Amino acid sequence: MAEPLLATDRLVKRYGGLLATDNVSIEVLPGEIHALIGPNGAGKTTLVGQLTGNVSPDAGTIRFAGRDVTRLPTHARVRLGLARSFQITAVLREFTALDNVALAVQAHAGHSFRFLADARRDETLRGPARRGLADVGLAARADTPAAALSHGEQRQLEIAMALAGDPRLLLLDEPMAGMGAEESQHMVAFLRSLKGSRAMLLIEHDMDAVFQLADRITVLVYGRVIASGTPAEIRTNAAVRQAYLGEGAV
Amino acid sequence: MIASLRTPRGLATALLLVLLAVLPLLTQAFDQRYLLSIGTRIVIWAIAAVSLNMILGYGGLVSFGHAVFFGVGGYAVGILSYHDVSSGWIQWPVGIVVAALWATVVGALSLRTRGLYFIMITLAFAQLVYYIAVGLEAYGADDGLNIGRSRFGGLIDLRDKASFYWLCFVLLCGTLWFCGRFANARFGLVIRGAKSNDLRMTALGFPVFRYRLAAFALSGAFGGLAGVLLANEGAYISPAMMSWVKSGDLIVIVVLGGMGTLFGPLYGTVAFFVLEESLNPLLDLLHKGWGEYWQVVFGPLLVLVALYARGGIASLFGTPDRENGHG
Repeated sequence: MAEPLLATDRLVKRYGGLLATDNVSIEVLPGEIHALIGPNGAGKTTLVGQLTGNVSPDAGTIRFAGRDVTRLPTHARVRLGLARSFQITAVLREFTALDNVALAVQAHAGHSFRFLADARRDETLRGPARRGLADVGLAARADTPAAALSHGEQRQLEIAMALAGDPRLLLLDEPMAGMGAEESQHMVAFLRSLKGSRAMLLIEHDMDAVFQLADRITVLVYGRVIASGTPAEIRTNAAVRQAYLGEGAV
Repeated sequence: MIASLRTPRGLATALLLVLLAVLPLLTQAFDQRYLLSIGTRIVIWAIAAVSLNMILGYGGLVSFGHAVFFGVGGYAVGILSYHDVSSGWIQWPVGIVVAALWATVVGALSLRTRGLYFIMITLAFAQLVYYIAVGLEAYGADDGLNIGRSRFGGLIDLRDKASFYWLCFVLLCGTLWFCGRFANARFGLVIRGAKSNDLRMTALGFPVFRYRLAAFALSGAFGGLAGVLLANEGAYISPAMMSWVKSGDLIVIVVLGGMGTLFGPLYGTVAFFVLEESLNPLLDLLHKGWGEYWQVVFGPLLVLVALYARGGIASLFGTPDRENGHG
């Protein structure tokens, strides 16, 4: 078996008496789409926060690309190739779509202590940014302020920003949230087109999308991993059916 | 730097800059020396306002202690001058560098906080320096200190009011030029991006804290320059130059003029001083002694700007020109 790209080892996070993350060990292999599912309050957001570096775990370790990143700040993890999209759309609303992606490109183009040259005329930033926008189908919207984009377009823009640094792992926090059926299918097709080129950890409520995309699925309930396996295994897992799918999601 | 003379904004800005450039000729022609001294203070305050705008307008960091850099720059000149180091070649760089270093110290601590805490910490640091200056008996304590003006060999005589004004004006132009470049350079875009959504910027891989700290230091350096000039303008330093009221005035100026626009702080400074200088005698005309209360009129004017012209004076001249950094 290949060395996992991302691996957590018995990760623990407490909030007062609440065990939000209870000895969670998960692995994401290079190139795979690994889905993380669980009912509301299962601790998905807390886990994501620890992976990105916004929340520090009380115990356990996180390894990424062969390094212990448990105490590494967010921006340093991104530099190693761990990019993310947000559950609640987070784009720079005052900037155009192209500016948004150009800034994402800039984040990976060395330091930004450059005070004089006009970054908006810098083809080393604009070129890749334009291609990134085209990849997610937003080429025609390059000069539109991000705030004026539709919800679905903003989600696409987020993915373009996350992809700009050519990350090794893409952490997608509910990329389909708030999308209509057609937009969702669009996104599923796009994510599938990325499959194999980079690993993805997909946190998603849309079960159709999860079962279409994922190579492996981990199920989180009350902060604990109750099952992990292929979509077929998860579908037939009794504990999962009882704890989660029993709610009528599938 | 000026977008275009065809836009109302460009035209207004060009007219204002030309007016400022020839001000000493006008005040001489009409024999109004007093006006030149107001003009000098406007230009110096505009430099400070532009420097505050770098972090407040572009960075979204409400620093409520910016006048401290008037004090740091001013006292650097004053203290050196008191000890017979009268060369501007030494005084000025010391004033600017010490201001930048102090900004770095303040930034390193305050930038870890947000919102109201950030405002309170920047204010607290400014008050700290203020009271240190009040306690400096050797340098006049509360009363301040009369100092000699900086000397630049035979290059320029700062005692000549017009020469000094022009020097300040050139430095203001340089500050504006830098700010215009900075706002659209990689560094400026990081600062502005962090104002828009700092979480997103961190998630893109930017160590936001580091960039904000650098912006703070940069802003402090230009603020220090303004302080150096202010000390030379009056040949006098005192703790009053960095009282928290002055810090408040600077915020008012930037908000009044237009936050995050290149020329907004300049409009704001001119408006602030012109209103102060004109409301004063106007009110005195109405009733002797009322002039003192000019802010009773100024306050409601500010409320009107806050309610109806959110972009400040800069927004009155048409839509922002993004290409030129009026984000």
